[in-house]
Amino acid sequence: MNWVALRMLTGDKAKYIGIIFGVSFAALLMAQQSAIFCGLMRNTTSQIQDLEGADIWVMDKSVQFVDDIKPVSENRLLRVRGVEGVAWAVKLYKSVGRAKLVDGTFQQVILLGLDYDNKDSQGRVVGQPRPERILAGNWDDLEQPDAVFLDEFGWRYLFGDTPYEPGRSLEINNKRANIVGMVKCKPTFQTFPILYTKYSQAIQYNPPEPKTLSFILVKAQDGVPHQEVCDNIVKQTGMKAQTNDQFFWTTIQYYMERTGIPINFGITVFLGFIVGCAIAGQTFYLFTLENLKQFGSLKAMGVSNIRIIGMVMLQALVVGLIGYGLGVGGAAGFGLFFETFVKSTPPAFYFGWQILVISAVAVAVIITLSAAMSLKKVLFLEAGVVFR
Amino acid sequence: MIATNATSATAIAGTVSAYDTVRDAPRTEPCSVRLQNVTKTFGVGDAKTVALRDVSLELPYGELVLLVGQSGCGKTTLISIVAGLLDPTAGEVEVLGQNLTKMGGSRKVRFRGQNIGFIFQQYNLIPSLNAVENACVPLLIAGWNRKKALEKAAHLLEKVGLGKRMKSYANELSGGQQQRVAIARALVHEPKLLVCDEPTAALDAASGRTVMGLIREVAVQADRAVIVVTHDSRVYDFGDRIVSMNDGGIEKIETDRARFQH
Repeated sequence: MNWVALRMLTGDKAKYIGIIFGVSFAALLMAQQSAIFCGLMRNTTSQIQDLEGADIWVMDKSVQFVDDIKPVSENRLLRVRGVEGVAWAVKLYKSVGRAKLVDGTFQQVILLGLDYDNKDSQGRVVGQPRPERILAGNWDDLEQPDAVFLDEFGWRYLFGDTPYEPGRSLEINNKRANIVGMVKCKPTFQTFPILYTKYSQAIQYNPPEPKTLSFILVKAQDGVPHQEVCDNIVKQTGMKAQTNDQFFWTTIQYYMERTGIPINFGITVFLGFIVGCAIAGQTFYLFTLENLKQFGSLKAMGVSNIRIIGMVMLQALVVGLIGYGLGVGGAAGFGLFFETFVKSTPPAFYFGWQILVISAVAVAVIITLSAAMSLKKVLFLEAGVVFR
Repeated sequence: MIATNATSATAIAGTVSAYDTVRDAPRTEPCSVRLQNVTKTFGVGDAKTVALRDVSLELPYGELVLLVGQSGCGKTTLISIVAGLLDPTAGEVEVLGQNLTKMGGSRKVRFRGQNIGFIFQQYNLIPSLNAVENACVPLLIAGWNRKKALEKAAHLLEKVGLGKRMKSYANELSGGQQQRVAIARALVHEPKLLVCDEPTAALDAASGRTVMGLIREVAVQADRAVIVVTHDSRVYDFGDRIVSMNDGGIEKIETDRARFQH
């Protein structure tokens, strides 16, 4: 009878395509909007993800997210180093500067100053990009005066489609910055170019301040739980200490609470769900109504209600699977297209397994509701209706 | 056997027809359908409608019984009860030796699937299946392998004269041809009782007679009963017995085929 159910479903091509379209559209809208939302939220944490090597971020206790810079004095670094469980701790300078381009226009940039005085246990600069992320130039060139590494998207923002060439420079607060290399970074939320330089160099680009230390990056000793080290730092220094993961979510939480982004995207996702329910539900319901006599005949001929439920659920499952596949496939295709062909702006698109699961659950709800509406009609149908 | 106020049990024995040889074949139960004081009401209070009033009826095997009467006289309710699609409000219903009034819902569904064939006024073919696929549906319900079911349905379609239209869909067939597919579908699982609801109502006179002739030819067998609800007096001559209903009761039963033909 499964075969009969599928033939009934596919027999009316227009309705079949209509139901699949409804589910696909809903899945596409929900998956695509969720992916953009997650992408945007992840972009807010791009520096947390990009600055590799440390386990813990230490900052002023009033810092709310990664772009909320509240500098502390440099002697805090020593206090953190003295905390039990800390293997090493290094400085990180982070600020927003104003870069002047050759044509006289200005562009805000994110300045990241890495600690060249204190390196990790293997002698590497903490926060230095892995070799595969260095697209051009030699990282050691940062030792040169006024040298900066610029991120790939920043290059496009600043110089358009011009291919990378070493030796280009810009001015940050009237101080020269020579671009000696290009690095691949995760897209930022504000879409500001990112400049990597030495800590000592970075603090020169902004007006002198009594406190310059934005963050302290900490590595926990082997075998010591990161949370325990965080707790020790908080207790002994009064500063805020969070693991990479915690700081990632703290930052996202901030944007979720303080911006209208989740609500706006949530509304779109919800609309996708409603539209999907409406189109798929109504078409499926109409499809069942039109086949009511046939279902009645099948009941008269000895098909049990359980089998009818199985038939309708199979039909719903098939359109759900196809619609879901097309919808999330379309959303993934959108992301791929965006990432492959749209080079001018960084993609805010994160297509994680969570989105697949959430979309699948939403589609399951849509088809279950659609099937339930139809089933109600079929199950309460008197088999005797076939004689009317 | 028919047991009503108007008819005696000897009526069957006295019936003379060209199909006596079929009727006289041995059978295990004395009658295919036995209704005892069956009443069926719909609604409650002021809206209460009595569809059947204290109907008692016995139908033999090997006959084509016509159930006739005005619209609203209870014919459809009666065949719905006989087919196990409706439960009577009162009375006993025995079909093919099984007491339907005592049968549970799921058992009744199985019983219908195994023992009853249906022919509907509007054919009720599944539009997305072709003729042979439609005809094999009862076998699929019974759990047959699809290939074997299609083979058997094809054989039956040959028998009803649709050998060349097996792959045609309902919308490609005339009303008469669709009804032939419905006949094949009703008989493919070899039911012991065939219930037909106005099988000629949607057909012109010629097609109607062809369909009734076909039902007579392929459906009436010694171990099978055929009940046809009809308004169409032009096909009365195909019946072995005519049960006339009026206002929820049985008015008369005629068994003289010679009379129907005139």
